[in-house]
Amino acid sequence: MRSFETPLYPYERSPDQDAPAPARHPVVVVGAGPAGLAAAIDLARRDIPVVLLDENDRVSYGSRAICFAKRALEILDRLGCGDEIVDHGVTWSRGKVFFRDRRIYEFDLLAEEGHRRPAFINLQQYRLEELLVRRLRDLQSAGRPVELRGGSRVTKVEPAAADVLLTVETPEGPYRLEAEWVVACDGAGSTVRRELGLEFAGRVFEDNFLIADVTMKADFPKERWFWFDPPFNRGQSALLHKQPEGLWRIDLQLGPGVDREEEQRPENVVSRLRQMLGDDVEFETEWISVYTFQCARIDRFRHGRVLFAGDAAHQVSPFGARGANSGIQDVDNLVWKLERVLHGRSPDSLLDSYDAERVPAADENILNSTRSTDFITPKSATSRLFRDAVLDLAETQPMARPLVNSGRLSLPHVYLGSPLQSPDTTGLPARTRPGSPAVDAPIGDGWLLARLGDRFQLLALGIDVPDDEPGPEIISLPAGRHPLLDERYLGNAPGALYLLRPDQHVAARFTDYDPGRIAAALRRASAQETDDP
Amino acid sequence: MTRLRTEPNIPDGDGFYQELLELHHGRSKEESDAINARLILLLANHIGDREVLREAMRTAADSAWTNKGEDR
Repeated sequence: MRSFETPLYPYERSPDQDAPAPARHPVVVVGAGPAGLAAAIDLARRDIPVVLLDENDRVSYGSRAICFAKRALEILDRLGCGDEIVDHGVTWSRGKVFFRDRRIYEFDLLAEEGHRRPAFINLQQYRLEELLVRRLRDLQSAGRPVELRGGSRVTKVEPAAADVLLTVETPEGPYRLEAEWVVACDGAGSTVRRELGLEFAGRVFEDNFLIADVTMKADFPKERWFWFDPPFNRGQSALLHKQPEGLWRIDLQLGPGVDREEEQRPENVVSRLRQMLGDDVEFETEWISVYTFQCARIDRFRHGRVLFAGDAAHQVSPFGARGANSGIQDVDNLVWKLERVLHGRSPDSLLDSYDAERVPAADENILNSTRSTDFITPKSATSRLFRDAVLDLAETQPMARPLVNSGRLSLPHVYLGSPLQSPDTTGLPARTRPGSPAVDAPIGDGWLLARLGDRFQLLALGIDVPDDEPGPEIISLPAGRHPLLDERYLGNAPGALYLLRPDQHVAARFTDYDPGRIAAALRRASAQETDDP
Repeated sequence: MTRLRTEPNIPDGDGFYQELLELHHGRSKEESDAINARLILLLANHIGDREVLREAMRTAADSAWTNKGEDR
C-alpha cells in the first residue's frame, strides 16, 4: 500500500463528543495539510493547547507540492523537523531549457555559500505531511497539548464575540466545539471561508495541466528540464522534475477546453509520456491528474477570531513553488502572535499585523506566479511573439536568459511596510534590514539560525550589552570572527544590535546600545504601542 | 535624471532608415515581426534604464497616434 493510502490518523471518538455543552479550546486548527500541521506543531511547542481537525484520516492523496524552499526549511528547523525533511528530499541545482526541438541553454543555480539549508529541496507533499505528523506525534508523546482528530469535518462556523462555535461532522454524527481562535488551513476549497461568506477574488486561468508522477527505470540526470513548445506537446509546455525514491514529476500543459476524463485515461497518458521520454525508457505511472488553477486571495486574512492561512487564504499558480511554502510562512508569522495574545502579553490588535504582513506577501507570490504563467502560456499573438523572441535569443545571447520565466524561485517576503517594524539605521547591509527574515551564516561549528530561538531576542554583534537589563534575551557574538556573519549583518560597521522577532524576522537594528530605543522597538514589534497617525 | 532622448541622435539618419528597411526586405510578415521583437529586446537590454524604457513605451503608445485609425 502506498503511503498516502494508509490511514495515519483514523477517526477516534473524542470525550468532547459526549460533553453536555460544547468543549472550549484556545485554538482549533482546521485542515491537516502542510500549513495546518505546521501551525499545530508550533502551537504545541509553545504549550498552547491545540485541536487539529481534518476531514480525512491520511496525508494528501498523490503528490501535490514538490518543491520546498530555503525559508520554509528554516522554519521547519525551528519546528524541530528540518533534518528529517531535508534528509528525505533531493537537492538539485542544474537545469535545462528546451525550445521546440532544441536545447537552448543549461543553468546551474549555484547557491550562495554559508547557509545551513539549500535553496530548495524536492519532496513529495505526502512525505512532508507524514514527517510533520510524526513530529506532532512526538510532541504529543512528550506531553504537549496537541490533538489530531481525523474523520472530523467542519460543517458550520458561527463567530461570536468571545469565541467561534464550530460544528464538526464525524462518522458517529456531529458535535460542537467552542474555539477562542480558529486557524483555517482547509485549502483552496475552504469550508470555513465559504461559511463566513468571504469572496475569493482573482484571476482564473483556463489552461489545463496534466500532472503525472512516474517511476523510471532509466538513469535520468538529477535536473529540472523545461520545454517550451516541444515536438511532443506542440504549442504547449512540459516539465520534468526529480523527486526522491526514483520518482519524477511530469507536468504537461494541455491548453483550454480539453476533455479531462479522456486526458486522464491511462493509455492516453502513457502515449503522451512515450513521446516525451522516448520508446526505450521504462516507466510506471504512480499518479495522474488534470488540474486548472487560479490566482486569488481573500480580501483580509483575519476575520475577527478566524485567521486564514495557506491555500484557504490565497491560491497561486504552481509555477515557482509558492503554495505550500507560503502556507508555512503564514503560520510562522501567525503563531507567535496568537501565543502573545492568548497569554495577554499583547493586545489582539497584534493579530491585525498578520493581515498587514501576509497579505502583501500573498500579493507578491500571486504577482510572481502570474508573470511565470503569462510567460509559459502567452495569452495573445503579441505576447507569444515576444516570448518566442526571448527564447530564440536565449540560445546565443546571455542578455535574454534572465527573461526566460518558467517559475521564479520562491523567496521570503520582506515585511517592509509593516506596523511592527522600526525605522532602519543607516550604514548596515540591505539584506538584513528590518522586515527581512534573519539571514543564516556559519558561526564556528554551527549556524546562526540554530542559535536563535523563537522568542524576542537581541543579537549583539561586537557590542557589549549588559545582561542584567530587562527585555529580550541577549545572544552575544563577537565581530571580526565570522566573515560571512560580519558581511551579512555588519557590512562596514564595527558592531550592531539586531532585535529579532519570534519568527526570526528583523524588527529593528542599531549601531549603538540605547536601552530606551530597544524597549520602544520591542513595544512596537509586539503591538503594545501604536504611533498616532 | 535620465530621460528619453527625443532630439535627433542618429548620425546619417537616412542611412539608418535604409538599413532598417533592408533588414525587412523580402521577408514575410511573420519573419519581420519576429525580427522586430528580437530587436526591441536587444535594444532594451542595451539601454537598461527602466525609466527611459518606460518613457519610450509610453511615447510609442501615445494616444495621439494609436487613436488615429479610429478617428477617420
